[in-house]
This record gives sequence, C-alpha cells and structure tokens, in this order.
Amino acid sequence: MTHRTSRSDLSYHLVVGCLAGLALLVLIGPVVVVLLTSLTTSAALKFPPPGFSTQWYAALFDPVKSGHIHKAAYNSMWVAGMATAGATLLAVPAALSIGRLQSRAARSLEAAFLAPLILPTLAYGLATLMFFTLLGYRPSLWLLTIGHLVVIAPFVFRTTAATLGQLDPVLLESSASLGASRLYTFRRVTLPLITPGILAGAFLAFVASLDNVPVSLFLSNARTDMLPIRMWGMIESNLDVRVAAISGVLIAAVIILMLVMERLVGLTRRISGRGSSP
Amino acid sequence: MAGAATAAMVRDGQAGERVEWRLATPLGAAYMAFFAAPLLLLAWISFYEDNELTRLGPGQWLKFLSDPFYVGVVWRTVVLGLVTVAAATLLTYPLALIFYDAGPRVRKLLLFIVVLPLLTSVVVRTFAWIAILSREGVINQSLLWLGLTASPVPLLQTQHGLVLALMQIEMPLMLLPLLTVMQNIDRSLVEASRSLGASRWRTFFRVLLPLSVPGWVAGATLVFASSTTAFISQSVIGGGRLVFLPSVIWQQAMVISNWPFAAVASIMLLASVLLGIVALGALGRLIDPKGA
Repeated sequence: MTHRTSRSDLSYHLVVGCLAGLALLVLIGPVVVVLLTSLTTSAALKFPPPGFSTQWYAALFDPVKSGHIHKAAYNSMWVAGMATAGATLLAVPAALSIGRLQSRAARSLEAAFLAPLILPTLAYGLATLMFFTLLGYRPSLWLLTIGHLVVIAPFVFRTTAATLGQLDPVLLESSASLGASRLYTFRRVTLPLITPGILAGAFLAFVASLDNVPVSLFLSNARTDMLPIRMWGMIESNLDVRVAAISGVLIAAVIILMLVMERLVGLTRRISGRGSSP
Repeated sequence: MAGAATAAMVRDGQAGERVEWRLATPLGAAYMAFFAAPLLLLAWISFYEDNELTRLGPGQWLKFLSDPFYVGVVWRTVVLGLVTVAAATLLTYPLALIFYDAGPRVRKLLLFIVVLPLLTSVVVRTFAWIAILSREGVINQSLLWLGLTASPVPLLQTQHGLVLALMQIEMPLMLLPLLTVMQNIDRSLVEASRSLGASRWRTFFRVLLPLSVPGWVAGATLVFASSTTAFISQSVIGGGRLVFLPSVIWQQAMVISNWPFAAVASIMLLASVLLGIVALGALGRLIDPKGA
C-alpha cells in the first residue's frame, strides 16, 4: 500500500516537474534566444549565431540609418507618457469613489471600467478610427493618446482599488474622530497609503501603452508611426535583424524598471493581486 | 478583485465612507465619449451596404454569414482560443503547484520569470518565436543536430507553432489569477487529505483543483480573449495560410477600406469573445457550484 502510494507520488512529481519545466522553458527561452540573436554577426535570423558582435545595436543607434525607428520610439514614449498621466488622473478618483463599495451599482460600474481588459481591443481600435474619422479628425498623437488612455486606465483603476481594499477603515475613522477634515484625512492618511498602488498601476499602464498594437494599428500612420507597428512592419517586410536589437533594448529596459519598481512598490506582489499583505 | 473582500469594506456609505459618486464622473464621462460611443458607432456602421456609407441595409451581414469562408474564419478563431486555453491550462497548473509548495525565495523568482514576458512587447515575443520556429531556428537546428529529422520541420504557418508561440504570451495571464486564488487555499486541507492517505494525485484532483477553479476561470477568460485577438502573433506566425478574424478586420478596414464589412467582422469577434467568456464561466460553475 505504502509502496503504491510512493510510486504514484513519483509519477506525480515526474509529470508536474516535467510540465512545469517545459512551462518555464517556454516563458524564458524566447527572451534568451532574442538576446543572443541581437548579438549575431549574420544578416539572417540563424540560430545559433555564427559569431557575436554589437553591429546591430550600432546600426540601431545610428541616427541616419535608423532615424524612422527613433521617431517611432519617441512617438510611442510621448503617447505612453501622456496617456498614463491622463489615465492616472481619471482612474484614481474613480477608484477612490467606488473601489471600496460592494453595492450592485458600484460593481457594475467597476465592470464597465475594467471592460477594456477583456473586450477585444482590436474591435475598439477600428471603432476609434471610424469615430475620429467621421468627426473629421486626421490621425495624430493626441488621438492615439485618447485611444490608449481608454485601454490602459483599467490597470491604474485595478491596482488602486486593490490597495484601497487593504486599507484599514479604522485609520480613516480615527482620523475623522480626531477632528481631521475629509480632505486632510485624504491627504495625510489615504493618499500616502495608496501611493504604491497608484505607482504600480501607472507603471503597468505605461508599459501597456508602449506595447499597444490593437489601437495603434488603426490610429497610426506614416506621420504618427508607433514603435510596435514599425517593428511589425520590419518583421513582415524583410526580417530586419535590427528588430532583435530593439528587442534587446526593450527587454533590458523592462528588467531594470521591474527591479526598480519591485524595490519601490513591490510590483510582482501587486500584479499577482495580493495587495500589501506579506 | 480577490483580496479586496475584507469584511470592513462591505458597509457602503457608513460614517467616514460617504459614497462620492462625483469622483467617478470624469472617468465615466471619458468612457461614454471615447469607449461606448465608438463601439456603438461600429455597430451602426455594420448596417451600411456600401463603403461610402450611404445606403442602410443588412447586406454586409448577409455577405459575411452566408460565406463559408468567413464562417470558417470565425470557427477557426474560436477553436484557436479554446486550444490555447487547454494548452495553457496543461502547462500552467504544474507551475502553479510548484509555486504552491515552494518557499518565499523560489516564489519570488518564479513570479519574476512570469511577469517578465508579460511586460515584454508582444511584437518582441512574436519576433523571438520566429527565431525559434523558423527553418534555421532553434527547434529545427536542435532536431537536425540530434538526428531526429533529416530536413527541417515546418513550424511557422502551422497551428501548432502558433499555439506554442501564444503559450508564452498567454500563460502569465492564466497563472497570475490562479496563484492569487491558490495562495488563499487553506494549507491544512491539503495536509488533512495527505495524512488521511490520499495520494498527491488524489489531493490535487479532489482538493486543490476544485478550490482553485475560480482562479482558473478568471485566467482562462483572459487567455481566450487575448489569444483570439492576438493580431500580431496570428499574422506573423500563422502567416497568410491561417486566417483568423483579426486579420480579416485589418484587411477589410485598412487594405480594402470596406468599413461596414470590417465592422461586421469586429462584432463577430466581440460576440465570439463574449460567448467564450460566458461558456468558460458556466464550465467553472459546473465544476465548482459554490465558487466561480
């Protein structure tokens, strides 16, 4: 009996271990491959690379050869910055308003605010193109900012509401009973306690805007080129190895920002939805 | 959201917790103007017969629904979503189980490995998979080197290759809600099951799996919605041979400039995703009537 149990335990560990190993390989393998590819000497995506050099990074940073990539990167950063600022200004008050409520009305409103996370944003991207075109607007970075704002606001709303949920109401009550005004309580108690949640949400929103394809696909054109769309074009046309160098830069930036945000606000904890519990 | 349901916040509108609906108005107004209005317009445009938007009529809908090619595209898109959910489930649960049994340091490392791809651009990840799946890519070079195949196996422009590439994009979306729910499962339940003589398999199927279903439903919903809409991966890895709804939408809107038809395809995509979400929720309730 014990023998059978241990054999079955062995098969359990074997199956779970192998599948989990495969899962980790699928998650992390591509990151390693793209970093190695970006250092190749070859002009083709050959693996393993025949030799290593930084020529593709040099080509990427060359302002003459890669000017249009720099322009697209600048556009993407500008839109991500503006959209994140706008999303934060709108979503934090909304989270303060209904983030702690359990009523049916508040839950439905929250579902509406989180809808862009689930609905196919590609359909929304097309809808914005039609909407702005029929209103008589031509594609611009401002229109892209509006489209991105709608899609990324849920990230700020969600992390802020989750942080508010962890807030001990006793703190607010004692502040109020000690004679503090509601605004004073907000400024001195609530805001400092929820700031990490806001920052984590803003960071996720910024990254989501930077990576956004579905909205940019329809709202960007030659004048308002966005980095992911430009990269997609480079992949589709001739598999330019500079895409690997761009990828290398983006991956390095994400890793550094992740480590910084982890220090500052405990990013992974907030993404995995555990709020501020240890 | 999970973790937010502390008893203290259930009391709406109590002293010091007065409801401030006004604070939600700016975001609400922005969503009405720039989210609800464009989507309503999209539905309206789908009922125009011509590209110049002059004649109203159901022509584009009839054209879409009576053409076996487009009905096939809808079907293929839904199947891609379901296969991706199944594959993601198979790979994600073991990882979640390892996470459940691990100590804090390993947990932190695993979380980092999961979040890193999530924050990496979809285009970057898709590009990486070309380098892995192509004829001169990692998998084919390894197979040739090991002598398992005489000539490169086609992986790009196949459904298998696409699902594999989608795995990296979708697994974190399933894993995160799953981990959130699993962390709240009382450890003593698992210990009780084990000490009463249940094997690890039995403990998983009778204790951990049913209790984690709400997390799985949340994750599967995100995976289904994301994989059916993954335009870049579908068009780059799937190529011209595997056509899914998103590329029909893009082609019709941006290449052929047939807005009404693109609108019909968009609404079909919206409807497919919503139906998929409802079906996954129902499946969750079937497995675990109390949760989900």
